[in-house]
Amino acid sequence: MSEMATPHHARWYREPTSTYWWLGRWSYFVFILREVSSVFVAWTVVFLLKLVNSVAHGDGWYQAFLRWSAQPWVVILNIVTLFFVVFHAVTWFNLAPKAMVVTMGGRRVPGALIAGSNYAAWAVISALIAWGLLGG
Amino acid sequence: MSSTRSNEPLAWLLFSAGGVMAALVLPVLVLLLGVAVPLGWIAPPSFERLVWLIHNPLVRLALLAIFSLSLLHWAHRFRYTLYDGLQVKHLTEVINLVCYGGALLGSVLALYLLFVVL
Repeated sequence: MSEMATPHHARWYREPTSTYWWLGRWSYFVFILREVSSVFVAWTVVFLLKLVNSVAHGDGWYQAFLRWSAQPWVVILNIVTLFFVVFHAVTWFNLAPKAMVVTMGGRRVPGALIAGSNYAAWAVISALIAWGLLGG
Repeated sequence: MSSTRSNEPLAWLLFSAGGVMAALVLPVLVLLLGVAVPLGWIAPPSFERLVWLIHNPLVRLALLAIFSLSLLHWAHRFRYTLYDGLQVKHLTEVINLVCYGGALLGSVLALYLLFVVL
């Protein structure tokens, strides 16, 4: 649609959208929640960088990191973060079949299989990381 | 019509790669290190174990990829959160600078920590 306003053609009238448009409908709200999840992804990176930094500086720093991470505000922030990163993961994996069309032998691989393999990879990688951190 | 190439495809590619990384790796790390250990559900990983892990070059490379791609994912998505959520499209330059600049800064910091300090 042209935005040009000429003496012969008036500018299009566009109804202004409220800043809180995303509160109007559940699906809009979920959309914004998904967008906001990225902030918690970034926080997780900051948290993990802090851990790596403390480990790099020796056991004393690591113990101080553990005390810091047990403070109520950090724990609460990380519980909220957990919700958002899980929300990100679930919405991401459910979206995968829609974003990529895989064909095998001329047939389209069903979406449930693509999402399922993503969930399987999630489970395996999570188990590997838990084993790596906590030991067997 | 302008003939300049857009960086948008690259940004979207990195956004997707970061989205996958963040989805696969971050939840378990937050659950264990951010919630389960501080609440005393499980014993913290021993310092020796973490040192052993982090001195493995493959672990360090993986961490660098996870950190920088997750940050780029944040940058790209948060940019649109600001555009859509707050309708501040007129601030494009500032927002791009803060988002991608922040992601770049974090990535350089991660690189420095993982491959210089360690």
